[in-house]
This record gives sequence, structure tokens and C-alpha cells, in this order.
Amino acid sequence: MGDKRDLLILGGGLVGMTLALAAAKKGITSHVVDRADPAALTADNFDGRASAISTASWNLFTNIGLADALEPHGCPIASIAVTDAMRPGRIDFQPEEHEGSLGRMFANQTLRLALFEAARDNTLINWHAKADVVERVRGPHGVSATLADGTVLEASLMVAAEGRQSPTRKEAGLQLAHWDYKHRALIAGIIHEKPHDNVAWEIFYSDGPFALLPMLDTKDGKHRSALVWTVNEAHAKGYLALSDAAFRAEVEKKMHGVFGHVEMNGPRSSYPLSFQHTARITADRLALVGDAAHGIHPIAGQGLNLGIRDVGTLVSVLVDGMKLGLEPGDAQMLKRYEEWRALDGFSVAAATDALTWLFGIPGKLPSAIRRMGMAVVQRTSPLKTFFMNEARGMSGDLPELLREQ
Amino acid sequence: MSNATVQSETIRPEEAQHFGALAADWWNPQGSSAMLHKLNPVRLSFIRESIDLHWGGDPESIRPLLGKSAVDVGCGAGLLCEPLARLGATVTGVDAAAENIAAASAHAQGSQLPIIYRHGELGQLGLGQFDLVTSMEVIEHVADKRAFVGELAARLAPDGLMVLSTPNRTPASRWLLVKAAEAIGAVPRGTHHWEDFITPEEFVDLLAEAGLETSAPKGIAFSPMKGLHLSDDLSLNYIFTAWRKD
Repeated sequence: MGDKRDLLILGGGLVGMTLALAAAKKGITSHVVDRADPAALTADNFDGRASAISTASWNLFTNIGLADALEPHGCPIASIAVTDAMRPGRIDFQPEEHEGSLGRMFANQTLRLALFEAARDNTLINWHAKADVVERVRGPHGVSATLADGTVLEASLMVAAEGRQSPTRKEAGLQLAHWDYKHRALIAGIIHEKPHDNVAWEIFYSDGPFALLPMLDTKDGKHRSALVWTVNEAHAKGYLALSDAAFRAEVEKKMHGVFGHVEMNGPRSSYPLSFQHTARITADRLALVGDAAHGIHPIAGQGLNLGIRDVGTLVSVLVDGMKLGLEPGDAQMLKRYEEWRALDGFSVAAATDALTWLFGIPGKLPSAIRRMGMAVVQRTSPLKTFFMNEARGMSGDLPELLREQ
Repeated sequence: MSNATVQSETIRPEEAQHFGALAADWWNPQGSSAMLHKLNPVRLSFIRESIDLHWGGDPESIRPLLGKSAVDVGCGAGLLCEPLARLGATVTGVDAAAENIAAASAHAQGSQLPIIYRHGELGQLGLGQFDLVTSMEVIEHVADKRAFVGELAARLAPDGLMVLSTPNRTPASRWLLVKAAEAIGAVPRGTHHWEDFITPEEFVDLLAEAGLETSAPKGIAFSPMKGLHLSDDLSLNYIFTAWRKD
């Protein structure tokens, strides 16, 4: 008792911690609980994980005061080149000067470090790291979580930000629609001979897309990109079993020499691809954010951005309600969050899904259709603008925190 | 739990009993007070705008009433008192029905909000003056409206703000708020007696007699698309502010 806060955020990863900071910016207090040891997550060796931060997400980081700390570590994406297995036909998504960049690439560790540093100094955020939740209660007057050491944390609203396997979502019985792609994403950092000129490449093979996302040069001046390579689950074991040298050679082959000679940067990792979507992202005194609400295929780099849109929307809704004296767990606010997010989350997830299927069908004819499709998109300005706006996260009705101030 | 111990000038015993019976269900957003839960954000947004305007506060603050006192007259189970307390005010809630006060106190305790709840006649409770005086959807249930308005005015601090809302007495309100609303079960039967409704002109006159100035009323209207919302249409329900002339 005594320290009842507005929010009890379960999961202090990128999305959970962004929520705590965005809420704090508006005077909203929180408990944040995470199992992980922050020291381990921010260790200096690069783990190969990176995220594309859309313009809308960047606006949110700017609005919560993180942009200055992050700016020097981000690699702007000036254009996106999309090709079909390096055959003729290519779409270039290149925004006009006044439209700004298509996003920025960050190592996840850099983002985590900036978020953790900001959270540590914030008195509105009570951060409980290396803590396991053993019991969750959602009652008529508030919510609580009991930690393994017996500590009881109280708040008005519980937010599940634990990612795809969210135990809070499962306990609340919120049903999840789940599509398994039977594909696996191989994630790695690569060092390459030629500069990337801030171009992100999406090369579509019939097995799945091979994406290269530009990163800032290493400290010793080597050119760097993040690789997200989607392969058929049946072939994944083989790729993962390859020696570093053989894997390197495969990667270089798939790149058709666009960046010259290639070296690996840090360890390889992989995860199965699936698309998941919950019909409901709220229950009594509970809201889901990020992958706990919707896990999507990383093909268009929208996973984290979707989570940040959840954050922006939830905070806007909470602020609007709290300015009227309503409590954060108020059923009418949660209803508004649910309705605002429903369409957006599903449309991004569905668009990404369709893209994967389109490029996942092998054969000559589908390839020809894909190339023609790309040529049409290339020439049709409104379509191109639509795709660019989706990539930037600027479509739809944006909450205040996601807009440029 | 009877009203016999309270010397009543403005409370009708049968009205107090009617709401007392509903008290337990007050806080259920899907219960018999569902209409009030939907109305709450609408009237709270009017109150919020009015307090920012009256005291020149920061519209972005989530504690605009910090350091201010407030009384809600006819508070029911505290649907308005609790938001006012969260906005920072020291809140007193007054209601004619003891059951309402019991339900309100229990809920405030659960919400960990230090609200003072008093059961009885406003004029006989020996309360002082308050920065904010609210009375929402109450005067239509009151027997002696002139005496009631006088009591409200007496509770208002010199620089204070009063916010009032009530159904209008128009053909539209007779059909929609009384007949239709009860017929479809939107409000419990016996909630409203149309003949007791008061028009904005009559209400403003009573307030002027009590030495108060008033703002132009806003309507609370309903449309299928927007639900309940603030509007220029005063025919169903209206809300406005009042303050001391001097």
C-alpha cells in the first residue's frame, strides 16, 4: 500500500519502457516490472538485433525528450529499393526533400540504453528489474501484481507489454488468432565493403524476403547493415547449422554483389515467423500493447513501430480521460483505446501479411506478376505514396504524441 | 435508514428512497445508471473547460483543482465526486439518501480517495463555503427550487464557480427523457417527472434572485453517431455555470 500508481506495466522492454516514459512525460505514474537484468541487455557487444524507427515513432521519441540522445546513433533510411530476386524491375521508394526520411535504423541495444537511462532518473517511474510476477489481480478498485520476493505493486490500470508470449494476456483469456508462416527469420549484422548510401534493400526470393537495413558505420569506419533473411522453416535448420564461413558465403551470394565483399558482424539469431492478432486488446482494467497485442512479420520492419503507435494512442486516451478526472482503469477510456487501435493494427498486419504471401509463391509466372506489380506501383504515384506513408507510420488518425510538434 | 430524523425542506422522501434502492448498482457502467456513466465524460469536459476559464489554469494539467474545495450536491454514489477529487480538489458530497452515501463512502474507500460524504439537507449540515459547487441532474427532483438555489448560493465562496445541469421542460424532453427513455429502459421508471423540470430562463431567474450571474447554457444532446455530446441544442438537457455578481 501507499505507492498506488496509475499504471502497472508488466514487461519493461522497448515498448513497455517507451510507454512508461511517454506516460511520465504527461505526469502519469507507473510501476514497470521486468524479469531481465538491464546490465546484461545493454552489454557492449552487438547482438545483431536492429529496428527501423518510422517517422511517427521518431516523433514520439522527440516528444518525450529522447531524440537528442538517440540522434547520433541512428542511420537515416534515404530510400528503399525493392527488387524481385535481383531480376529486372525495381521500386525505389524515395521521398521528396520536404517529406523527410523513411525512418532510422537503430541497434536495439542503443534504444534500450537510451530508454533505461531516461527511466532510471525519472521519479514517476518505479522500475522493478530482475523481478518475477507470481500473481496478478484485477479488482473493482484497481490492479496489483505480487513479485517473487513478496512485494505487492498496486495501480489503477494493468498494461501487458511482455511480448508475444504475454502471460498476462493468456491469464485474461484474450483469444489470439495465429497464423504460422512455416518460415523463420535469420537475423545478423553484416559488414560490407561498399557504403550502403542509406539505402534499405528488400530482395524478394521465392523462399521469402532478404532485407538489408542500413546501419551507421562501426567506430573503426566499417560499413554496416542489419540483415533480416526469411527462409522456409524446412530449410532453416540447414542455414543455422552452416559454419560462419559458409553462412557468410551464402549471404554474399544472395546479395549479388550490391555491397561488395561481406563479413559477419556479431552472432546470428533466428526466430519463427507468425502473424498474431487479438480481436480484443483490452479487458477489465487491462490493456495490451506491442507484440502482446499483435505480433507481425518483420518484413516491413513495422513490429516495433506498431507497438509505439499503441503507446502513443494509449497515452493520448489516458491523458484525455485524466484531464477530466477519470481514473486510468476507467472502462470508457479502454473502450476508446480499443476502437482507435483496432483498425490500424489490423490493416498494417494484414498489408504485411499480403505482401509476404505475394512474394512467397515460387515459380516463373508469380515472379512475372510480381515484377509487373512493382512496375505498376513504381509508376502510380498515389500507391507509392501510400506505401511510403505506411512505412513511415504516417497514415491514419495519429495521436498527438506521434505527430510533429 | 429513514429520512425521519432529518428535518426536510427540499427533499422529497419518496425520491430519496427511489435512488437509495439503486445505490448498489450505481457504479456498474452497464447497470441501471449506464446513462449517467455515459453522461459523465460529457459533463466533466464542460466542468473542465469552465474551471480552466474561471481560474485561468493550465488546460494540460491533470490536477487543475489542487488546493481548491468542492461540494457536489445530490452526489448519488459519487460518480462526480471521485473525478473532482482526482483533479485535486478536497471534496464533500451531499445526498438526501443515506443508501447513496453508504455506497459512495464504500466506493471512495476502495478508490483510496479522501472524500467527505454527508447525508441530509444541504442547509442543515453546517457546511462552510466552497470554491466549486456542483449540482447535476438534481434540481428537477427538488420540491422547493427557490430555497434549494438559495442554499447552493450560500455555499459558494466569493471567487467560486458553480456548475449546474438539468433536463429542460420542452415537448422533446417529455417524449425522449421521460416516456421513451423509460420505455426502452435507458433510465429506471420513476426517475423523472416532467412537470418538475425547469427551463433555462426559470433557472437563471432563480439564480439572479440569489445574487448570481450565469453563463450562456450549453445543450447536452444525443445523436446516434456522436452519442451524448455538448451542443447548442438546449431542448433536452442543459449545463451552465454561475458565479457571484459582486
